[in-house]
Amino acid sequence: MDLKTLTYIVVGASFALYIGIAIWARAGSTSEFYAAGRGVHPVMNGMATAADWMSAASFISMAGLIAFQGYDASLFLMGWTGGYVLLAMLLAPYLRKFGKFTVPEFIGDRFYSQTARIVAVICLIVASITYVIGQMKGVGVAFSRFLEVDTTTGLLVGTGIVFVYAVLGGMKGITYTQVAQYIVLIFAYTIPAIFISMNLTGSFLPQIGLFSEHTASGVPLLMKLDQVVTDLGFKQYTAYTSNTLNMFLYTLSLMIGTAGLPHVIIRFFTVPKVADARWSAGWALVFIAILYTTAPSVGAMARMNLMQTIQTGEIGAPDGNLEYEARPQWFKSWETTGLLKFEDKNGDGRIQYYNDKNTDFAAKAESFGWKGNEMVTVDNDIMVLANPEIAGLPNWVIALVAAGGLAAALSTAAGLLMAIASAVSHDLVKSVFNPNISEKGELLAARLSMAVAIAIAAYLGLNPPGFAAQVVALAFGLAAASIFPAIMLGIFVKRINSAGAILGMLAGITITLLYIFTYKGWFFVPGTEMLANKRENWFLGISPEAFGAVGALINFIVAYVVSMVTKAPPAHIQELVESIRVPRGAGAAVDH
Amino acid sequence: MSEQNSSGEQYWKANMALIRLCLIIWAVASFGLGILLRPMLSGVKIGGTDIGFWFAQQGSIYVFLILIFFYAIRMNALDKKFGVDEE
Repeated sequence: MDLKTLTYIVVGASFALYIGIAIWARAGSTSEFYAAGRGVHPVMNGMATAADWMSAASFISMAGLIAFQGYDASLFLMGWTGGYVLLAMLLAPYLRKFGKFTVPEFIGDRFYSQTARIVAVICLIVASITYVIGQMKGVGVAFSRFLEVDTTTGLLVGTGIVFVYAVLGGMKGITYTQVAQYIVLIFAYTIPAIFISMNLTGSFLPQIGLFSEHTASGVPLLMKLDQVVTDLGFKQYTAYTSNTLNMFLYTLSLMIGTAGLPHVIIRFFTVPKVADARWSAGWALVFIAILYTTAPSVGAMARMNLMQTIQTGEIGAPDGNLEYEARPQWFKSWETTGLLKFEDKNGDGRIQYYNDKNTDFAAKAESFGWKGNEMVTVDNDIMVLANPEIAGLPNWVIALVAAGGLAAALSTAAGLLMAIASAVSHDLVKSVFNPNISEKGELLAARLSMAVAIAIAAYLGLNPPGFAAQVVALAFGLAAASIFPAIMLGIFVKRINSAGAILGMLAGITITLLYIFTYKGWFFVPGTEMLANKRENWFLGISPEAFGAVGALINFIVAYVVSMVTKAPPAHIQELVESIRVPRGAGAAVDH
Repeated sequence: MSEQNSSGEQYWKANMALIRLCLIIWAVASFGLGILLRPMLSGVKIGGTDIGFWFAQQGSIYVFLILIFFYAIRMNALDKKFGVDEE
């Protein structure tokens, strides 16, 4: 059976499974739509959280960035797992004890202010929509490869599917579907990694293989890789970062953002007990860590295979490079999507892939008769999907990876749309504009806001402000700068009052947004940036993706100082804080 | 009532101490060994690279996992000890 047919069958079967589950567990009431009736076991909840969490950014994009940035991209690995420690200790158990449905509800009640609630809703929507833009980039890549069309068409088809999918079910449908999606995506990620690790190092576990000997050359894999890339003028793979402050803040920003993202926090409202909320964070990280500890091996090994596929022989030898006519099938497929482009600059019919920005290597390249890097476009986001094909793995593995990539993108996009929908319908329409709205009306408002959110995200996803993981990192920065400090202070510092919280959130998100828009364009519209997005222009060398940590610091300071110079919160609020600090008395969730 | 309050205070203090300990380890494993201390530890080799690289791409994640489960076990024990667990 050819690859295309097989891919259609595997992807089709996985979709049928998700949709089947969604219909079987269709949401009936509003409470089920948002929080699945709180009947979800911690292990199941952990698995669903992992699927929800590991989006196109983790599955499709991250290992690709690791492949091309090496050590520097470790910030994604630490940032997107370390946040769970903060979540488990600083937020999850207390929010579960509080026992309402959404994050803005907590902020509104704790800071006894409708304004605080509205500000939280706005912050949440800004962060979530940015996140969905990143997902749409990933969806575009996955669908364009799967259907063998250009990325724009892929994106539009993907958008339609995400929309239908998210509107169909509520949280409950999504919870069980996400368990299924987790299973599909984790197999899709680890099986090719195991195959490739066996091929390159003979080690069954990719986590071990990365630090083992490269069988073909007899030297450690990472040493060999360092040599392969530096021989062609690229930066050493394991080299230490050139910008320590940026790496530090970037990592911190992703960690705080993880703990501030509403679609993750909302998961901890769905467990039966406070004690379970603590366990759930651990289980979620177990399932996430399986992918995250595999990703560095996927990245390094994909880079190795890519380099060696193109540089087939000695560097500089006339026949040392792959002939364009003899390029493998995966190369052709990705050319169709426009995410991989070749240009025969020196007209020798062979592919030269090297770093032509490296001045030290330029003289050498010239002496070989090379006229510049001929791989003019290598979108980092294609690496994970192309990886099994580059390694020449069996067709069923390639088909499985396609299904996994789509599962990752779909599950997160749906979870985020849920968070946006509940923020608009529950926190804005029902509590602010129209408290008497019927359940039907509320569900309608939820679905309408999903439609608007996805339309905006798809539009901006056509010209995304970076690779999928980078766009998603921006969303984390925004969540870090706004939501996390407000919730954390709300639990740990009784003295914080409404004025402090509101001004803190506004200061944090405004400064972070302005910083991002300066380099990425106003509302991410290309061509409207005030300064070119490069290190020389950044404030203290801090990239827009890393600035969320600074925004969070500003939020903390403003909230604290303003609270200290204004009136203390009323007594009943201080009692509320006392009560969420102890697990006893956590009942079922109450809707108000 | 006052007795209950002071036991509540002690519970919270114990929780804070536990969180502080965990977050110190959290920061040392990731920001410390994975980033800031890497140049200083470059002499410690592991599988073709140095220990800092390993912590940045593997080790920190394992430490996070252990921390969360450690915290959950200790907290659930504290809940019982101070009589604030969910009955």
